[in-house]
Amino acid sequence: MLTETEIQAIDHEVKLVPYKKAAVIEALKIVQKERGWISDESVEVIAAYLEMSPAEVDSVATFYNLIFRKPVGRHVILLCDSISCYVMGYQKLYEGIQQHLNIKFGQTTPDKLFTLLPNPCLGCCDHAPALMIDEDLYRDVKEEELEEILKKYRTKI
Amino acid sequence: MPVIFIDKKPYEVKAGKNLLEASLALGFDLPYFCWHPSLGSVGACRQCAVKVFRDENDTTGRLVMSCMEGVKDGLHFSINDKTAKAFREQIIEWLMTNHPHDCPVCDEGGSCHLQDMTVMTGHDYRRYEYKKRTYHNQYLGPLIHHEMNRCIQCYRCVRYYRDYAGGDDLNVFAAHNHVYFGREKDGVLQSPFSGNLAEVCPTGVFTDKTLKEHYTRKWDLTMAPSVCQHCSVGCNTIAGERYGKLRAILNRYNGEVNGSFLCDRGRFGYEFVNSENRVQQPLIRHRPGEAVNELDLMRYMEASLPHSKLIGIGSPRASMESNFALRQLVGANNFYEGIGEDEAYLTRKVINVLASGSVHSVSLKEIEQADAILILGEDIWNTAPMMALAVRQAVIKTAAREGAEKLGLPVWQDAAIKEFVQDEKGLLVSVTVSASSLDDITTHKIHAAPDDIARLGFAIAHELNPSAQRVPDTDTEFRTQARTLAKALDKAKRPVIISGLSSYNESIIKAAFDIAASLNTSTIKAGIAYVLPECNSMGLAMMEAPSFDHAVTRVKRETGITAVIVENDLYRHMPSADADTFLSHCANVIAFDSLHNRTTEKANVLVPAATFAEGDGTLVNYEGRGQRFYQVFVPPNPFFKESWKWLIEMQLLKLQTSNGHNHPPEELLEKLEAALPQFKGISKVALPHDYSVHGERIPREPHRYSGRTSMLADISVSEPKPMQDNDSPLSFTMEGYKGNPPSSAIPFFWSPGWNSGQSVMKYQEEPGGALRGGDPGIRMFHDKAEEKITYFKDIPEAFKQRHEKWVLVPQYHVLGSGELSIYTKAIEELSPQPFVAISADDAVELNVKNGDMLKLFVDDKMHVLPVKVQGDIVNGVALVSAGLRGAEVMNWGAWVKIEKTNSGL
Amino acid sequence: MERPLTKHIDLNRPPLNLKEYEQVGGYEAVRKVLKGMTPVEVQKLVQDSNLKGRGGAGFNTGLKWSFVPMGPEALHPKYIIANADEMEPGTFKDRLLLEGNPHQLIEGMILSAYAIQADISYIFLRWAYKKAAILIRKSIAEAYEAGYLGQNILGSKWGLEMHLHTGVGRYMCGEETALLNALEGKRATPRAKPPFPQVSGLFGKPTIVNNVETFCCVPHIINNGADWFKGLSKSEDGGTKLYGVSGRVKKPGCWELPMGVTMRELIEVHAGGMQDGYEFKGALPGGASTDFLTTEHWDVKMDFKSVAAAGSRLGTGTMVVLDDATCPVGFVHNLQHFFAQESCGWCTPCREGLPWVEKILLNMEKGHGRMEDLELLDMHTKMLGPGNTFCALAPGAMEPLQSALKYFRDDFVRHIVEGKCPWHTATETPKRFAESLMV
Ligand SMILES: Cc1cc2nc3c(=O)[nH]c(=O)nc-3n(C[C@H](O)[C@H](O)[C@H](O)COP(=O)(O)O)c2cc1C
Ligand code: SF4
Ligand code: FES
Repeated sequence: MLTETEIQAIDHEVKLVPYKKAAVIEALKIVQKERGWISDESVEVIAAYLEMSPAEVDSVATFYNLIFRKPVGRHVILLCDSISCYVMGYQKLYEGIQQHLNIKFGQTTPDKLFTLLPNPCLGCCDHAPALMIDEDLYRDVKEEELEEILKKYRTKI
Repeated sequence: MPVIFIDKKPYEVKAGKNLLEASLALGFDLPYFCWHPSLGSVGACRQCAVKVFRDENDTTGRLVMSCMEGVKDGLHFSINDKTAKAFREQIIEWLMTNHPHDCPVCDEGGSCHLQDMTVMTGHDYRRYEYKKRTYHNQYLGPLIHHEMNRCIQCYRCVRYYRDYAGGDDLNVFAAHNHVYFGREKDGVLQSPFSGNLAEVCPTGVFTDKTLKEHYTRKWDLTMAPSVCQHCSVGCNTIAGERYGKLRAILNRYNGEVNGSFLCDRGRFGYEFVNSENRVQQPLIRHRPGEAVNELDLMRYMEASLPHSKLIGIGSPRASMESNFALRQLVGANNFYEGIGEDEAYLTRKVINVLASGSVHSVSLKEIEQADAILILGEDIWNTAPMMALAVRQAVIKTAAREGAEKLGLPVWQDAAIKEFVQDEKGLLVSVTVSASSLDDITTHKIHAAPDDIARLGFAIAHELNPSAQRVPDTDTEFRTQARTLAKALDKAKRPVIISGLSSYNESIIKAAFDIAASLNTSTIKAGIAYVLPECNSMGLAMMEAPSFDHAVTRVKRETGITAVIVENDLYRHMPSADADTFLSHCANVIAFDSLHNRTTEKANVLVPAATFAEGDGTLVNYEGRGQRFYQVFVPPNPFFKESWKWLIEMQLLKLQTSNGHNHPPEELLEKLEAALPQFKGISKVALPHDYSVHGERIPREPHRYSGRTSMLADISVSEPKPMQDNDSPLSFTMEGYKGNPPSSAIPFFWSPGWNSGQSVMKYQEEPGGALRGGDPGIRMFHDKAEEKITYFKDIPEAFKQRHEKWVLVPQYHVLGSGELSIYTKAIEELSPQPFVAISADDAVELNVKNGDMLKLFVDDKMHVLPVKVQGDIVNGVALVSAGLRGAEVMNWGAWVKIEKTNSGL
Repeated sequence: MERPLTKHIDLNRPPLNLKEYEQVGGYEAVRKVLKGMTPVEVQKLVQDSNLKGRGGAGFNTGLKWSFVPMGPEALHPKYIIANADEMEPGTFKDRLLLEGNPHQLIEGMILSAYAIQADISYIFLRWAYKKAAILIRKSIAEAYEAGYLGQNILGSKWGLEMHLHTGVGRYMCGEETALLNALEGKRATPRAKPPFPQVSGLFGKPTIVNNVETFCCVPHIINNGADWFKGLSKSEDGGTKLYGVSGRVKKPGCWELPMGVTMRELIEVHAGGMQDGYEFKGALPGGASTDFLTTEHWDVKMDFKSVAAAGSRLGTGTMVVLDDATCPVGFVHNLQHFFAQESCGWCTPCREGLPWVEKILLNMEKGHGRMEDLELLDMHTKMLGPGNTFCALAPGAMEPLQSALKYFRDDFVRHIVEGKCPWHTATETPKRFAESLMV
């Protein structure tokens, strides 16, 4: 079932496009924002709401890497692994995060607090290496700063 | 016609084609994957690359995908260019990086498009040394097997399943080299056209699961050109046998009928041939040792026939030959159609309309090319599935054609045109009793009770042409609707009206004619198609015999009658009370059939009949097209003989003129033409039995057929002499004429280098065009010029709900309602449970909800069925599943009482 | 030196709001155009200014607009779309314009929309630019309120709607036809051309897609004329350009400079030279899908034509520097990993070729390379060239590879001969997430 908030937000998007199903990416974003990820059930309810089949919705959902079709932790760490960050040593940060959280790319901490994902280019190559946690961008990140950065999210809901 | 230069040689080609189509039509072997004649071009696989040059002096050129480039007068390109060849070879190497090379255990092996292309490009050595990606295979239901690792990502499956056939539960998922083709989760594929995936997929990802149960390589099959037995469309099929079992049905291309595809009922409904329920031996009941041999049977016949008062009961699923042989045996005056009066009456109406020649009886291809379609009261999705698929193409293609014209692009630019056209559709007006799976592409959909459907039809006709009858007692809303629809139809250049019998409403049939007739102009001849219940309903009805009801009256009046019933389970055509009455009044019942059923149970004499796979025969489809199915194999059981053969023998015994001569089908058909001139041409549908090419017969087996010397070694080590076919020019061996046979007698498609079904193009005038020598089948209805139209007069009153009564309308099911196809386990599994569907209001009135039980009082009988509440049905109509195994025939179209059951029975 | 695009950008304070923007001459161009220029005149002016698309391909912008069907017969709604997807690794120039002065983009889009008589506009913004999203949303609202957007703009009877769309990942969304599919709620696979988006674009209607920087140039061209714009440049291509440098330089960053500055000036002057202890080895001049330039190209002018003559592409104008402490094979592997992941999976060569290339390079990094691998890599650079694949992603991917094989072949050979990476040990980057169907 879609919530009232979700329905309102989706209805708004539907109004902007000539075909209902053209709003599917927006709908996925809306539901993911509310629920953290897109479950099979979410795919089905979105499909029903936009008069699409679940397969059609999932075909789109699985194409885009920032639609999460598996559960993620409360905070998603996106570590840039693209070229400038590679040159500037993102691997060090990766190792650092592994030490702090004991998770590899694609994994979630057992307490479901963090999920770590690699991410292509965050668009701040002049401040590499960079990472994003939820909506927050961190630039020129040094390994030593990781602990401080992560701490903020341990307490943040 | 433009002239193009391929490797410097000039060729005249058809304008508007792409380079790939043009090259293939000229006979070049140019590999491709993502292109398909029915699906057009998208340029994804990059397999069809050629080098195009600016002019004759250009030596550099540029690589282009031949499927994406149109022919232009004076265009130079090269297929043999070194870089183009290297690129095409490289494409295969890339595809192979993740392909498992499991040909020996792959069902596709030996008829695999990927194998053919691999050999064609010359690629033989793989340099990729890393791990291949592997996938989970899905359970897709009992019809289609899924083996994703073999996928080469040509996107043909989704383009076919979604874009072409309108299915929405198969798609492509994920991205980059993880793209995955399947369902969103394991589960049965919902489209009744899913079987075509097995032929559309160029490798072994989607394969025929029923074949897997008794697998045989394509080259090891004995095959014959056949015609589908499961509805009145008459799709052309290839039926393949090995070890005495029918193994598979494949598409047999017929540009006028089914093109490249089949429906699932047609593809998978063949297993009744292998059924344990086959009638194995002649039986003479009520005497010791019921089963008899042929000699005993014939002795019995010889003794009894000359003194019997015979009447014959024909069948809409028996061939022309069998029906006519029966008529010959019993005499024209004693031959009855084996269908009830209602159905017979309606079919006769259809024939009158078509025979008048004032409207044009359309083929599926003509439906596909229509620019406006009106469906009047027929659920074609369930009663003539391939016609529904053709309607879908018409709707899409009309919009695509218009879009292409606006864009100045050729129609084969599939993706580009779809992006431009978006949701635009050609005109499809669907006026039916309930929702249809075609609704998603319908521009105007109206659900109404049968009489109201007819009234709307008459009103449209009147709007189009005031000489058609005015519909009385209408309101403005109704008239506006009729006017709008009439206006829309009037714009069409190639309008088609589709109707049929399944609403059991005479007025609908008449109204459909009136609309078509009123659309006629000096330049436009409107098309019409009436769907009939069975594969030879049309042929049977054209014999103009009285209906079964007359036979019942007769046996009630006269005593001592012997009824000869040919391939007809009376209980599927009449209410059991009528069938019972008939059978109990006959002195003697001789039944011919391939399967045991309620009728054969009651026969005193039961004779096994060959199925379509074991015998020859001719069927007449809904459009009046006569088509021949050829015997596929000689069954191990010698009693499996065509009914018509038995009947001829019996006639000879009766006349005591038996001479042991062979009587090929064309002899019988010539007699039919003489007796009933409306069948003119039917004896020419197939090649004469003694036809040969340079003295050679047409082999049923590919030249790679293996194991012939040893396959019967467990019985005898000496190889038996191949069986003779005295009824057709086909041989039961691999020897014979190696070239392409005439189009009506193609047992399989094969061409050097093209082992897969794609080889069909070598039999066509151009890829996706007519078969060389013309698409098979002879039409028996002919348009007549300047025929004065007589419109129908009797318009029914508007439908009015009646207190506590409902009008009964049958609901057929593609998978489930077929008498024979239900013997395929997979189809049985997919067949729905019977139900009665009513409107939401009616459910309230009856105080029932989904799943509750309802009692239906039909004639003197009570039927108890679970209720399904459907929003799209009008109040006062009850839609009842029909044709399911064991389902009772009801008095369709009648008003019946319905009540809620008290218990949860 | 004039810096029209960035003059009013100061990252230390919030960007100009509508009032402030108007005070520095903002939306003047809109008034000017709506009062006194026909759409075709605007097209012509922009064409004369020799503004070339800043998204990478460098096509004349005014000329591109001129292919849009005009007049009463033309299909509507027409669309205009700002490509703010900026996902090319090493590229961060549009971010500056988006975060620094969103009204400039909006004004540029209104002008361009007028030029083709568009009805609806979209800003297709990459998901990661969270701050930009907030600013753009606010600015669009301001523009609506001030009557620069909506119906009957400034009493001209012409109207324009504007929406912000934020993406959900995938580099392919930056490719203009794939972007259209993404906006239609579909998988971002590219479309065949022809038909070009100008004729059949978003929802099958005439559509123009331009890069953010391209749009930002337009108001200045309208205000100051074509000749002025041409005069800003040090080369044939008109205008200024946002250049960027990242990698081991002292002051990585992004600057607006006259079109045609040299690589030397960029690195030595603007980026402050290499970091101490690091030597310049080469650079990708315009993002991940451009060919390496090396020290021999130090004095090449960074404009479309000159960079092409040097065997590379100006691309986005944002340079990624390869230093001597970074393994060129690892560097290229990182790029190929990106491209292989971001391939949309539509056409065979890209979908199957790139992962193979990536595996070869990784294998080489691990010390298991063989000489035959070089042939395979060479083969891919040829077979994945322009025209062979459906879109420009794979050919773009081959540019850094082919040039690395040319300039740094010795380093590839050393990996093979020494059986290890002379620089470091390779780390394998795992697969991206979110694809639940794979085992
Ligand atoms: C794979 C790929 C990714 C692209 N990404 C972007 C992008 O992020 N931003 C952009 O402006 N152009 C991108 N482009 C170029 C666009 O296709 C298009 O040419 C450009 O948006 C046109 O704008 P312009 O004429 O103003 O340069 C990309 C092209 C390809 C092939
Ligand atoms: S080159 Fe082909 S597979 Fe790669 S991104 Fe373009 S279309 Fe997709
Ligand atoms: S057949 Fe031409 S690209 Fe696939």
